[in-house]
Amino acid sequence: MFRNQYDSDVTVWSPQGRLHQVEYAMEAVKLGSATVGLKNKSHAILVALKRAASELSAYQKKLFPIDDHIGISISGLTADARMLSRYMRTECLNYKFGHDAPLPVNRLLLKLGNKMQVCTQRYDKRPYGVGLLIAGYDGTGPHIYQTCPSANYYDCRAMAIGSRSQSARTYLEKHLDVFPNCTTDELIAHGLRALRDTLPNEVELTVKNVSIGIVGDGTDYKEFEEEETARYLSMIEGEERRGAPPPGSDPVSSDDGPENSPPDPEPTVAMDTE
Amino acid sequence: MNFYNSVNFPINFNNHQDISESSDIIKHFHTPITTATSVLGIAFNNGVIISADILGSYGSLARFKNFSRILQANKNTLLGVGGDIADFQYLKELIQGKMIGEECLEDDIPLKPASLLCWLTRVMYNRRSKIDPLWNNILVAGIQDGKPYLGFIDKLGTAVEDKLIATGYGAYIAIPLLRDALEKKPDLNKQEAEELMKKCMEILYYRDARSFNKYELAILTTEGTEFKGPIEIKANWSISNDVCGYE
Amino acid sequence: MILANTESNSSLKSHNTRFNPYDDNGGSIVAIGGDDFVVIASDTRLSTGFSIYSRNQSKLFKLSKKSILGSSGCWCDTLTLTRLLNARMQMYLHEHNKEMNTPALAQMLSTMLYYKRFFPYYVSNILAGIESDGSGWIYSYDPIGNVEKCKFRAGGSSGVLLQPLLDNQIMLSNLQNIDEQPLSLEKAIKIIQDVFTSAAERDIYTGDEIRIMSITADCFKEEKIQMRKD
Repeated sequence: MFRNQYDSDVTVWSPQGRLHQVEYAMEAVKLGSATVGLKNKSHAILVALKRAASELSAYQKKLFPIDDHIGISISGLTADARMLSRYMRTECLNYKFGHDAPLPVNRLLLKLGNKMQVCTQRYDKRPYGVGLLIAGYDGTGPHIYQTCPSANYYDCRAMAIGSRSQSARTYLEKHLDVFPNCTTDELIAHGLRALRDTLPNEVELTVKNVSIGIVGDGTDYKEFEEEETARYLSMIEGEERRGAPPPGSDPVSSDDGPENSPPDPEPTVAMDTE
Repeated sequence: MNFYNSVNFPINFNNHQDISESSDIIKHFHTPITTATSVLGIAFNNGVIISADILGSYGSLARFKNFSRILQANKNTLLGVGGDIADFQYLKELIQGKMIGEECLEDDIPLKPASLLCWLTRVMYNRRSKIDPLWNNILVAGIQDGKPYLGFIDKLGTAVEDKLIATGYGAYIAIPLLRDALEKKPDLNKQEAEELMKKCMEILYYRDARSFNKYELAILTTEGTEFKGPIEIKANWSISNDVCGYE
Repeated sequence: MILANTESNSSLKSHNTRFNPYDDNGGSIVAIGGDDFVVIASDTRLSTGFSIYSRNQSKLFKLSKKSILGSSGCWCDTLTLTRLLNARMQMYLHEHNKEMNTPALAQMLSTMLYYKRFFPYYVSNILAGIESDGSGWIYSYDPIGNVEKCKFRAGGSSGVLLQPLLDNQIMLSNLQNIDEQPLSLEKAIKIIQDVFTSAAERDIYTGDEIRIMSITADCFKEEKIQMRKD
């Protein structure tokens, strides 16, 4: 079943100059649960919402360590993400083996971008159906990068991807100015608030469904245990959701509810994607 | 044989053609031909200084009398190389190629001296593992995270870091002088280090038959690099007439 | 005629000396495992022939929270081996979400050494680690991967000098009317200090400084002791 005439292969152009298969792959990212990445002057953090396939199953892992100085969170096809994380681990390991130093984050992304691009140009391949947020720390400071199935990658001050992530991006955009100078604890609280904004009203963040990863100056990449996660969750507990001001900042108008924030595009008609 | 494959390391540090496989003669007769003698290095309070003479010897023949063997790898790393000159020139191409590769990334992340030392150690070790060594001693000097850095690699891939290093004949003649000086005053300044270096080069010239009366100095501090030379040693051989057996 | 032949042979021979890919850079390792601790020590002298490369080169490599490797011999092989080991440790960590335990590491090291059976790493390895029950054990290796699990071991250039001394001091062998007491960490460190001092008196490839690392259930400690530097 084809949605239109020009999406039979990755290598097929539409007359409008679009690659529909690549755009479909971009939709896969939006099917995954949301994840948020942000940084201050010394640290980069990742916050992710985990989903359980059923009541009986465990929560699916969202955060993957790559090296002592890099960690990623994923949204989309987990299996594809595992291939990419294995590739990144190998690259980091090889660089460390040959240079006795961590691979600079931008160089890892250059390699990753090149690898992912190949899949958007060959008829016998398909694009990776996963988006990544990459948190890293190197000689040039903390970094948050976003990658897409289209093989684009972006150097971000803060970013959120995944299902209903527009609400998180709205939150991040609103508080973008305070991130660079806030403490790491505050930064994590901001990340959790942004992530909470993506949740439907009846769902809460818990130690079970949240993962927090951190990397930075003097901190090797690590994912928090449940006790530590609980401590950070308690920092934002009881706050009003959606647009509620973080403690100590200007009050935000309350009309920025879920009704007013732009809806996430649904993975329906290919021509509608962007 | 590429033993990295066994552990999923797709590493190949040297992409050059493997000549050792083609002929047993090369394997068995591998020996340095045109050679350069000692390289000396001292790490002082805010930088490093290295020096080497400019002679390429063909056995006992002083064959090339203006042969520079100190390189600047990047803005915070110097290299001094002794041993076989042909291997040195190959290494120089390899290092310059690596540096161009680094520059092409255009990310302003300079390769640190310790990283370059590690990389060169892998190059040297891989070649010795093919029983086709690069017959050199490499001295890596630089500024690493604001601090002086000095390291050394030999033809086997043995790597050492220290505050003072002398290779070749210098290991016997200069090291005791350097260690003695550093024991008396552990924190040399630039001027003292330079004077100490000049003294060592002079003594090496008197004692090492493969040394030369012209040498180069390179000093790297946080302010930048200074190349000096060729500096000529004004030797005084007048005492030789009184030495028994000297004609 | 014969003379000419010999001459050309000998001149040929001088060119025909094969390149030796190995060097002996010396250095000694001593490790002792107790009921609830493990301690390993090395000297810091790195030599070649009659000259000293460095007086400040530890030969201990911390591979995980619970295990330390001491490696001496051909330094370029040590560097390569430990570099590979560290990479393998990280790969294991990522694949299994936990650090490799000591027996697994011991077996992996043996396999890695034997992989180079016909062009060996010319090193004497001693692995000291805490096992799952909290006890300290030593694994000692020959260059091609033979491994023995024991309670104490000396290796490297002074290995043959020190092992009988350890037999006597720790196993209390060849002694009579001695009441055997469990070995404490403090006592083990004292013995290590004594045996290194003895080694430095006899072995030119051992000296300068002792580096001691110890692991117990709750802490990792590192200390330095000066030795003779001649």
